[in-house]
Amino acid sequence: MERVHTLAIQATSDPRFIGEVERASGQQISHCYQCGNCSASCAYTYVYDYPANQIMRLVQLGQKDIVLTSKAIWLCAACQACTTRCPCNIDVAKVMESLRVLSRQEKKVSGRDIQLFYDEFLKLVKRFGRVFETGLLPLFGMKAKKPFTDMDLAPRVIRKGKLGLIPHKVKGRKHVEGIFERFEAYCSRREKDKG
Amino acid sequence: MPVELKPKKTTVAYYQGCSLEQMASEFDVSTRVVCDALGVELVEIPDWSCCGSTPAHSYDPLLSAALSGRNLAIAEQQGFDVVMTPCPGCLKALKGALKVFKDPNKREAFLEILQMPFQGNIQAVSNLQLYFETIGTEAIRNRVTKPLTSLSIVPYYGCLISRPPDFMQFDDPENPISMDRILEALGASVPEFPFKTECCGATYGVTRNEIVGKLTGRILDMANRVGAQAIAVSCPLCQQNLDLRQAQVNRYWRRDFHMPVLYISQFMGLAFGVEPESLGIDKLFVEADSLLDILSREGERDQSVGGKMA
Repeated sequence: MERVHTLAIQATSDPRFIGEVERASGQQISHCYQCGNCSASCAYTYVYDYPANQIMRLVQLGQKDIVLTSKAIWLCAACQACTTRCPCNIDVAKVMESLRVLSRQEKKVSGRDIQLFYDEFLKLVKRFGRVFETGLLPLFGMKAKKPFTDMDLAPRVIRKGKLGLIPHKVKGRKHVEGIFERFEAYCSRREKDKG
Repeated sequence: MPVELKPKKTTVAYYQGCSLEQMASEFDVSTRVVCDALGVELVEIPDWSCCGSTPAHSYDPLLSAALSGRNLAIAEQQGFDVVMTPCPGCLKALKGALKVFKDPNKREAFLEILQMPFQGNIQAVSNLQLYFETIGTEAIRNRVTKPLTSLSIVPYYGCLISRPPDFMQFDDPENPISMDRILEALGASVPEFPFKTECCGATYGVTRNEIVGKLTGRILDMANRVGAQAIAVSCPLCQQNLDLRQAQVNRYWRRDFHMPVLYISQFMGLAFGVEPESLGIDKLFVEADSLLDILSREGERDQSVGGKMA
């Protein structure tokens, strides 16, 4: 009966995936021998669908779909505990970061709201050159359909005079915008070369 | 009057980053005051822009590198070889940019996107690195006029200040001690704190609030257990989770923590005799009045002892 599972793993295996992840992260995933130090160190294991060591194993097994759609890679806070404690010197947090980038490229992001928060953040940076915290929360709240996000904090923050009402506009914001545009052009060229 | 100490003047480029301009304004204010007191001149990078923070990393490390690279390139043009940032997130991004620049496979793409002259002859350091390695605890101790003798303070370092070790190249990744030593130099008692580097929940305050509730709650609980009256931090995000979100944490755990969370530079300023208002102590969400009361009572006691001796 267990064989059904084994067969399924073979059927869904993409042997190129481990190479893709190794290239993107610069890490040798094959060195992982499943000691579990990463998962034991991880403060987020309790919210993950697959603990960090299982993500590493699934990458070794070429389970691209499971890994790139996993919740774990988007709930990783990049706290570096796993990287610090890996006896094989694998930068596990870097692998998780590369998996987030790949899941975005393959349009398989599980943490849609987390991605949305990051996207809104970057849009503000592209527009003003710096992030405008007063604008970020309402923008995210509206788009994520969670308009009451952190509303309990708003009066206290306003009372402390901590939130500016007008975004600071960097003089060189055209240059910052240019960085985003040249980055996007570079990515589409890289995509074309790959295809 | 204490003898004015005139250490060798150090000048560094200063990158405060977006948080210190807004929610963490007291970190910026107190860092400037403390550096001035220690004879370090901070020159703000002209027209600096955002480092991209976690969102840029998650998009593509190359984007993060180029966004941070702009600030390094400006600082380099201004003739600086060291840039100091108090924000560990910014520091990670700045160091990441230097790493990408030094990678022969990535340099070309980095420079193409950045479109600025850049030699990479600049180093990024944290505020703690500057205090602990460049200035040293002895010089800090010499500057103290109002020692924090009656305070018990635990240092909370968070994730990034010393990790990953090969990348940050500062302090110990598992048991960092730089803030411990600084607090001791200020005269405070520093209990052993086992959760120095346990994660506080990072950016999930907005998107997964219950994660911050759980993780930050554990840190506050441990600080309480070891008898701390306050926590010292050096990261705007850690401070936000521990201080601004402490009321949310209390709701999550049904607890009643009332733990002041100050930036290390605020504690340094208080010990240097700077007025609390000039250090942005009034900007904290969990009021630090109890600490200030203890300190002023101690000040009065010292004066009366001094009076008797005279």
